[in-house]
Formats: sequence, structure tokens, C-alpha cells
Amino acid sequence: MVAEVEPHLVVVGASLAGLRAVESARRAGFSGVITLVGAEEHLPYDRPPLSKEFLTAAGPPPAPTLREETMLRDQLRVSLQLGTAATALDTAEHTVWIGNDPLTYSGLVLATGAAPRTLPDSEHLAGVHTLRSLDDARKIRAGLAAGARTVVVGAGFIGSEIASSARQLGSAVTVVEAMPTPLARPVGEQIGAVLTSLHERHGTTLRCGVSVEALEGSDRVEAAVLTDGTKIDADLVVVGVGVTPAVEWLAPSGLELGNGIECDKTLQTSAPGVYAAGDLASWPNALFDTRMRLEHWTAAAEQGAIAGRHAIDPASAVAYSTVPYFWSDWYGKRIQMVGIAAGAGEVAVVAGDLDGDSFLVLYRDGDRLLGALGLEQRSQIMKYRLLIGKGITWSDALDFARKRAAVRASSVRVNE
Amino acid sequence: MKIHVDTDRCTGHGVCESLAPEVFAVGDDGIVQLLTEELSGFQRGDLESAAAECPTQALRLED
Repeated sequence: MVAEVEPHLVVVGASLAGLRAVESARRAGFSGVITLVGAEEHLPYDRPPLSKEFLTAAGPPPAPTLREETMLRDQLRVSLQLGTAATALDTAEHTVWIGNDPLTYSGLVLATGAAPRTLPDSEHLAGVHTLRSLDDARKIRAGLAAGARTVVVGAGFIGSEIASSARQLGSAVTVVEAMPTPLARPVGEQIGAVLTSLHERHGTTLRCGVSVEALEGSDRVEAAVLTDGTKIDADLVVVGVGVTPAVEWLAPSGLELGNGIECDKTLQTSAPGVYAAGDLASWPNALFDTRMRLEHWTAAAEQGAIAGRHAIDPASAVAYSTVPYFWSDWYGKRIQMVGIAAGAGEVAVVAGDLDGDSFLVLYRDGDRLLGALGLEQRSQIMKYRLLIGKGITWSDALDFARKRAAVRASSVRVNE
Repeated sequence: MKIHVDTDRCTGHGVCESLAPEVFAVGDDGIVQLLTEELSGFQRGDLESAAAECPTQALRLED
């Protein structure tokens, strides 16, 4: 007689994607055992606040916990294994090792995220940080609270948010960016330059086209020396030069890896019953006819929910496609991007103007609307997420934008 | 089924609007407004997704 084995969903990675996987499995009626594995000691927490209000809050802020422990244990009936990283996977034996402890799964979700890149030869210096975890954010917050002269390496979204927070706290901030124009890849060169002008308008010094040659200091960082010879005195250096998918631990497993974990259209990895979600998942996004790996909050939430549902019932798996969405908040202003900018042949301004505090631009690819970016366009931007998802043509998108502009102009007149 | 919008938490991302545009819309004040109280015609899954994908956890579904 074969013993009936209770189904066991193991979710490796206890951040947003992992939590959403757990929640969606329960919502779908999964009644087996769920184990949520996290490398950090913390309960699942939200990362976007870490570069924003967590740094600028007046008092010591609480952890931005996503779900309280009682909710996880009692309502979602999750066994939490926090504080130890997963170390190995054997897909033939359906076993994942947490430290030295094996866990046998019937379904598995891999959501170990990504790790920030660091500067070489900087680990011995106090005052040099990346920002990924709650613990990182606590250290940066403590540095900023002491009025640190701050150097931010990398003018991407996280670096820009940290610069914005540091300025809000009154710190002197210099952002150093290796590329001549920041953000060229996510938003295009033209809009990258426009967004970057927000820094100068808010008193942040920006140095583009130079890199950090060396960090000076014996125990604590004292200065950053740039490749053009400039020396910037610094008490705090925050490095925001991108992340690498956290997949090293999977290399011996034989899972197909490339730019992260290579998944099929249902987010299944090369091993049946094993799904991936979040920063490390690369999958063919049919809406854009291309393989994508997204490092966005919304993608992690969506993919986690889908991977969780598929892992408990692979027979029900369906293709996942999405119109990417990300946002960033700088100097009290919200930037929102839907779709993609890469490969756009034309950018059209359809509301506001690029020198102002509010504008909306559309990105064109051939006859299609490819993406849209808004600065302070909260009531408009998501209409374009829907339209991109429906495959709207470029000319129809421009028509839509013109009609919206007319409606808004008349409602402003009525309100005056 | 009812949806509760926590207007203190909402910052107008509008992810909910992109998932269920007949139910949610971000207003010019940057906060989500409910367009209808009558939710029986909508897929529960879409509304659950809207709540789960809200970046500020401002939506709560009540039975």
C-alpha cells in the first residue's frame, strides 16, 4: 500500500512574490502544508518604502511588514522558516535544502529575488551601503540622521529616491552616474535627461559620465575619488548600481539559468512543478513578443500569485503576460511608467510639458503604442496600461490622448 | 461583496484601475474613487487581484 503523502507547497523567498504565492495558493483552496522560507529573520516586508518614507520618517519607523505573524500562521496556515537561506535544490528528489535541512515538496516556487551589486574594495569601510534589505535601510537612515555628506553612486531609480530622501533631510548630496544620461534603458535617453533635471532643481549635485575610481578612508569612508580626479568628501556612500538575480545557489541544480531563471510562458522553470516569480524570473511575455525579466514591485506581486496557483496545480497553468508597471517618487513627485520604452522609435508629449512639473509621454513602436510615462499623471497613466494591453495602435492612442486633454481642459474651466 | 478603500493609504497608483476600470478610477486628487457600489457583476478574481496588487495595500474585500 502506498502511503498518501500530504501535498506540500514550498515557497523559497519570503518577500512580496513569495508572500503572494502563499496567499494565492490558499485562495485557490490549497489545503496542504505550506512552508515559506526566508533568508532574513524578518517577516515579509515591503521594500518600496525603504528608500522613501522609511528614511525620512521623524521617529524610528516600524518595519513595513506586509503580514503579521499571527495572520501568516493562523489564517494562512504557513510554516515560517526565517533566518536561513536555501542552499541547494534537487529536482529529481523534489527536495530543497534550507541550510543543511532537506524539505521535500510537491510544488515549489522560487522567489529569492536579486542581490545588489557592490563597489569593489569597499567592504572594509563603514559608511558604505547598498539598499536592498530592511537592515540596509536602518543603517542608511542612521547615517542620514547624523547629517551625513552623502554620495549616491548610480542615478537609477533607487539612487534617485535615496538622493531625494537625503535632500529632504537637509543633507548635501552628490549623485555619480557612469552613463552620460541616466535611466536611458528604462525610459529612453530624452526622458532620462528630463527626469534627471529634477535633481538639479532640488539642490542635488549630479555628475554624469564619470565613475567612482576609489573610496578613501581607513575604517570609515571619508571621500569618493572619481575617474576625472575629482574628490568628494563623504560620510555616507550609498551604492545603487543595479542588482543581480539571486540564482547562484541553483547553479548545481541543473535548472536552466540565463538572465535569471529561464521560465516558460506559465512561469514554470525547466523542472516540472517548479515555478519562479519576481526579480529572478525570465519568461516570454506574449504581449510584447519578447522575453522579459522585471525587477518591479507589481511584477513580483503578479508573478507570485500566478506561480503559487500553478505550483499547487500545474495542470491548470495558463500563460502569463503583463504590461509592466513601475513607479518612483522623487522630491514629492511621482513618476509612473507602463509598458516599455526600449526600442521606441518616437516619443510624443501628450500632456503638460517636459520642462514642467507634470507631463505625459507616449512611446511608439511602429504602429503600436509601446509605453507611457507620466510625471504627476496619476489620474491618466493607468488608462494607457489598459490600452497597451489591448494592443492599441499609435494613431488611436494619440486620438485617445487628445480627447482626454479636451475633457480635462473643459473640466478645469468648469471648476474655475 | 464590498470593497473598502483606505483613502489614507491610497496614493493613486491606479493598479486597481488597470485591472477593473469599471470599478476603480484615480481622480484628479490622486486618490482612487469607486465608480460603483454594485459589484455582483464583476469577477471576484479581478477584485481580489486588485486588492493583492495594490502597492499600498489600500483595498480590502469584504463579503
